[in-house]
Amino acid sequence: EERLRREAIAAWRGVWVFVEQTEGEPARVSWELMGAGAGLARSLGTELCALVIGENVEHLCHEAFAYGATRAYLLDQPVFRHYRTEAYLEACCSLIETYKPEIVLMGATGMGRDLAGAVATRVKTGLTADCTGLDVDDRRNLRQTRPAFGGNIMATIMCDRFRPQMATVRPHVMQMPGRREGATGEVVRETCAIREADILTKVLEIIRDKKGGVDIAGAEFIVSGGRGMMAKENFGLLQELADELGGVVGASRSAVDAGWMPHERQVGQTGKTVRPKIYIACGISGAIQHLVGMQDSDMVIAINRDKEAPIFQVATYGIVGDLFRVVPALTSQLRQLKQSTIR
Amino acid sequence: MLVVCCVKQVPDTTQVQIDPVTNTLVREGIPFIVNPYDTHALEESLRLKDRYGVRVAAISMGPPNAEATIRKAVALGVDRAILLSDRSFGGADTLATSNVLSAAIRKLAEEDEVALVLCGKQTIDGDTAQVGPGIATRLGMTQLTLVDRIEDVDMDARTVRVRRKLEGRYELVQGPIPAMLTVVREINRPRYPAVPARLMAASCTVEVWNNEVLRLDPVSIGLKGSPTWVSRIFSPERAKGQVLGDGEKDPAGTARLLVDTLRAKDLLPF
Ligand SMILES: Cc1cc2nc3c(=O)[nH]c(=O)nc-3n(C[C@H](O)[C@H](O)[C@H](O)COP(=O)(O)OP(=O)(O)OC[C@H]3O[C@@H](n4cnc5c(N)ncnc54)[C@H](O)[C@@H]3O)c2cc1C
Ligand SMILES: Cc1cc2nc3c(=O)[nH]c(=O)nc-3n(C[C@H](O)[C@H](O)[C@H](O)COP(=O)(O)OP(=O)(O)OC[C@H]3O[C@@H](n4cnc5c(N)ncnc54)[C@H](O)[C@@H]3O)c2cc1C
Repeated sequence: EERLRREAIAAWRGVWVFVEQTEGEPARVSWELMGAGAGLARSLGTELCALVIGENVEHLCHEAFAYGATRAYLLDQPVFRHYRTEAYLEACCSLIETYKPEIVLMGATGMGRDLAGAVATRVKTGLTADCTGLDVDDRRNLRQTRPAFGGNIMATIMCDRFRPQMATVRPHVMQMPGRREGATGEVVRETCAIREADILTKVLEIIRDKKGGVDIAGAEFIVSGGRGMMAKENFGLLQELADELGGVVGASRSAVDAGWMPHERQVGQTGKTVRPKIYIACGISGAIQHLVGMQDSDMVIAINRDKEAPIFQVATYGIVGDLFRVVPALTSQLRQLKQSTIR
Repeated sequence: MLVVCCVKQVPDTTQVQIDPVTNTLVREGIPFIVNPYDTHALEESLRLKDRYGVRVAAISMGPPNAEATIRKAVALGVDRAILLSDRSFGGADTLATSNVLSAAIRKLAEEDEVALVLCGKQTIDGDTAQVGPGIATRLGMTQLTLVDRIEDVDMDARTVRVRRKLEGRYELVQGPIPAMLTVVREINRPRYPAVPARLMAASCTVEVWNNEVLRLDPVSIGLKGSPTWVSRIFSPERAKGQVLGDGEKDPAGTARLLVDTLRAKDLLPF
């Protein structure tokens, strides 16, 4: 029985990345996953494939090649214009059952989590959520490492008896791979028997968030404030510092709950995961739920008057002091430096 | 018509720690709470009851001590609350969990038509957001995740219209019922139970369904029914950094030290 199982498992080959898109616009996390998937495909000696589903989305296959895929499965039909679980679920499952990939990766976004949870249930396999580390062992099994219990622990999860092995990864957790202009690959055109009449769920309207615009998750420089900011008005200090760096202002949940900053700016377990070049935490204690959202930043700078604050444990550089004195000093130093370099 | 609300009991993750010697979770003395997102699902279920006159059933899979969660649901005013508890349910991943919850929903549907299943967006311990989609897929229900507003439920036309909160956008979606919805925090502000209701709930008998009731194949539940398993558990590693200067006495000088350091490493954008 064990031998049969192993043979059945050996029939599954290839690493797939689901290319998420809304109205033809790809989600960046898909390309980050291409980077992670390429590493896995290399270790396994197998192919990296893109799974592209939508309407008028063929250009995304070529984008996928530029980010490392060598083959793209394309389902391009009007019924896939808007994401609806039923339609995408059918599409994914039929392709998975036909081509038997050993690994399927999706972004841990609203859409990715919605789809991955449904697909894994239908194909009766395991799904590991929000992975921060992916690698393979010597028996072609995927080692999936993820934070759990609010980031207090890390766990490595295996799904060695089932295929495909499925995982989601949050945006900005994996590094964006380089773009290879002109890279080519094979587009495998597929069709799906689903008709619009079969899908009773209708997307009536997509409302773009007007105040949007600021995407802290994509920023290279983030200046975040916590309860230590004391009041909404004081976030102006952080904005000034962020402006000098060409960055954006983020916040801890305490600052968001106090109504000082909108929820879109929240960093952490129940906010966004960020990975900027520099993350400056001002008046943030560094609770574990905050740390899981920013600890992979290239550099963390903490400004806090309590030298015991846990934020100093993840900070590359810490300044123990009053943020109301340190932050303005930092802003003016940067301003001076900028003026002298421009001159 | 019935609305089923799925509620999980979770450890208060702000207090979870890992034993440095055995590398396992320290479970002793950690308080348990109702998963915060599920308090919003409960509230929304009760609002549906007020709006449409539906009945509400709460279900929770967990060990016997998850009874406390069931009592909280009762205190809030659900019509029925069932604890799904059996040793063989233990160690479940999301696939095995959605199997047990789906079986319970199917059983409830034998008595009263299920219009909606409400779940939280995710839990604060497992944090996967996978159980809701698992239930919808198993039961062939319309799946609507990340709902921040239930616009309308039309019991005659058998449709539900909701607003979903996604990255940088909202979606207005309509689908047929029965539907499974997962809700986000923004959907409502949960009510507090009144004292008499709390007292009543504290003394009520909790209905428990084990696998003799649900009759699920033992290989499809608990640890056996879980394709994933935890092979290693460890504390996140953290590299301690360097404290610069004396920010208390000399904020300006310390700021300069930092700027010089960043400049020397060519980390500044100009
Ligand atoms: C399920 C769950 C999910 C959560 N998700 C998130 C999340 O996504 N993101 C998140 O951030 N939190 C989250 N939290 C909350 C988290 O546990 C903490 O409560 C929160 O991060 C604390 O915010 P804070 O650091 O701003 O405030 P505090 O912990 O109050 O820290 C304020 C800090 O400011 C310092 N300070 C005060 N005044 C000054 C001054 N003048 N100069 C310098 N320093 C000063 C203090 O020394 C202190 O360290 C979550 C909690 C739970 C239970
Ligand atoms: C360290 C660790 C890591 C884990 N990682 C994974 C993983 O990557 N993949 C995986 O499949 N499993 C994983 N698990 C197992 C997972 O936590 C359990 O399967 C759990 O029963 C349900 O998953 P969840 O807590 O993530 O729920 P979610 O899917 O986040 O819950 C969403 C909603 O479903 C409902 N719900 C969930 N559980 C119950 C319940 N028991 N009773 C009633 N309603 C419920 C609630 O409404 C809840 O808000 C992990 C467990 C541990 C200890």
